[in-house]
Amino acid sequence: MTEAVRVDEVRKSFGELEVLRGVDLVVQDHEVVCLIGASGSGKSTLLRCIDLLEEVDGGRIWVEGMEITAPGVDQNAVRRRIGIVFQAFNLFPHMTVMRNVTLAQEKALGRTSAEARAAATELLSRFGLIEKAEEYPDRLSGGQQQRVAIARALAMGPDLLLLDEVTSALDPVLVAEVLDAIRELAAGGMTMVIATHEMGFARDVANRVAFLEEGRILEEGPPEQMFSEPREEATRLFLDRIIAAGRM
Amino acid sequence: MTEPPEALPGHDRRSRLLGNRGFLISTASTIVFFTVVTVILVAAPGFDAVRESFFNLEAMKESFFGVPEEGLPGIGQAFLLNIRIFLIAEVLILILALVIAVIRSLQGPVFFPFRLIAIVYTDLFRGMPLLLVIYLFGFGLPALGIRGLSTQSEVVYATAALVLSYSAYVAEVYRAGIESVHPSQVAAARSLGLSRMQSLRFVVLPQAVRRIIPPLLNDFVSLQKDTALLAVLGVVEAARAAQIYSAYRFNYSSFVVAAFLFILMTIPLARLTDWLIARDRRRRQARGTP
Repeated sequence: MTEAVRVDEVRKSFGELEVLRGVDLVVQDHEVVCLIGASGSGKSTLLRCIDLLEEVDGGRIWVEGMEITAPGVDQNAVRRRIGIVFQAFNLFPHMTVMRNVTLAQEKALGRTSAEARAAATELLSRFGLIEKAEEYPDRLSGGQQQRVAIARALAMGPDLLLLDEVTSALDPVLVAEVLDAIRELAAGGMTMVIATHEMGFARDVANRVAFLEEGRILEEGPPEQMFSEPREEATRLFLDRIIAAGRM
Repeated sequence: MTEPPEALPGHDRRSRLLGNRGFLISTASTIVFFTVVTVILVAAPGFDAVRESFFNLEAMKESFFGVPEEGLPGIGQAFLLNIRIFLIAEVLILILALVIAVIRSLQGPVFFPFRLIAIVYTDLFRGMPLLLVIYLFGFGLPALGIRGLSTQSEVVYATAALVLSYSAYVAEVYRAGIESVHPSQVAAARSLGLSRMQSLRFVVLPQAVRRIIPPLLNDFVSLQKDTALLAVLGVVEAARAAQIYSAYRFNYSSFVVAAFLFILMTIPLARLTDWLIARDRRRRQARGTP
């Protein structure tokens, strides 16, 4: 196996607030890693740093063996190889579903309109959204919008997919359809780093679970071990609170 | 997905009833109001004199068509110049203002001098009364004696002044629109590998422009009227033609004609603005809170 991502001693602050305090993480190709931890523990910031949406203050990140935090790196080229799906979907509201999925294929990858449409049609069909192709995003449910966002990211053919609490903004009844789509991707061998509060889902889908606390990865391991016998007291407390909240 | 809610039947019936009653009340109050106003005006001691010098139908007709053999320009003909200037200025303003707004939104230390120029430009031209800009251009540029630049007609100088002055305003309108697009839209665009410029062009600007159409049209209503300021350079546009007529005939009906033409030109744009605002509101209500 080769490394998809290597994160080395990454630090990131917003003003006074130190969000990442030296994060180390390695993700192998075709591996699914779930990041768990309380809100504010740095999960989202870590994903945004890997996609270069935030500039790291210290440390280095490699993707598929190439250091993306090195000076002079073509950031647009890096982002083309990494897909990210956001909590709030962030679809383009002034474009149809189809255009949302084809735009970057044409403008960033230089595909022809026909090629882009073919790829989009295939992905939208796979996620059961093809009949919504000519609708605008605000006519879709949250679950449908999030699946469009996943299709939009996948259309770029990324080596790596980052998912940032993609079900947190959804009605509970709509969560399953999105998680099922992600499970299918995991089964297909897509390398993914997933920030999530859905512990049941993390246990199912993850090869490895990493627990973040106060900007550090406190503990990581296979889901069976992490959820049943965590080594760290803080991890156990966090999981207890999640269970008490009925989220597991 | 919940469909946008249809109007409730009860709500519909009530508003129609209110509408009928409202129509009667509004008709009655309109009649009473204008009757009172008319009576007051007609009873005014100077009413006959005002009617003769401001609302003289003969003078109106004569000033509209002009009297070529006496060298009196027609206001109707002159007004075509206002329309031409307005249309040309509008296109130039839309382009120049967009360029300025985009320059101001560029990030990074490399672009600092450009941002500085854009800021100084906006401050300067927004701060100066348009009338002074027109004087400065109309009298200053010819005096410079630069070939090509100093040998244009007054119409060109005044139009340039209009374009530069209004672009400073419209650039700020554009900028407000650009900044109203949520940063998460840019994050989504950049995450797909689109460059900064591509994100601006395909994701940010289309959304920004949609939002600023009403304030933009408002500025253009204002621009239509300000074409009358060309008169100060001696350009024979509608207001100037009306002034010439009044000076020759000692009758001010020509001003009423010119005013009426300006109103006629701005009303379609004003109604279009209203309609766009109403449509935008309907859409947002149909969607619920975004």
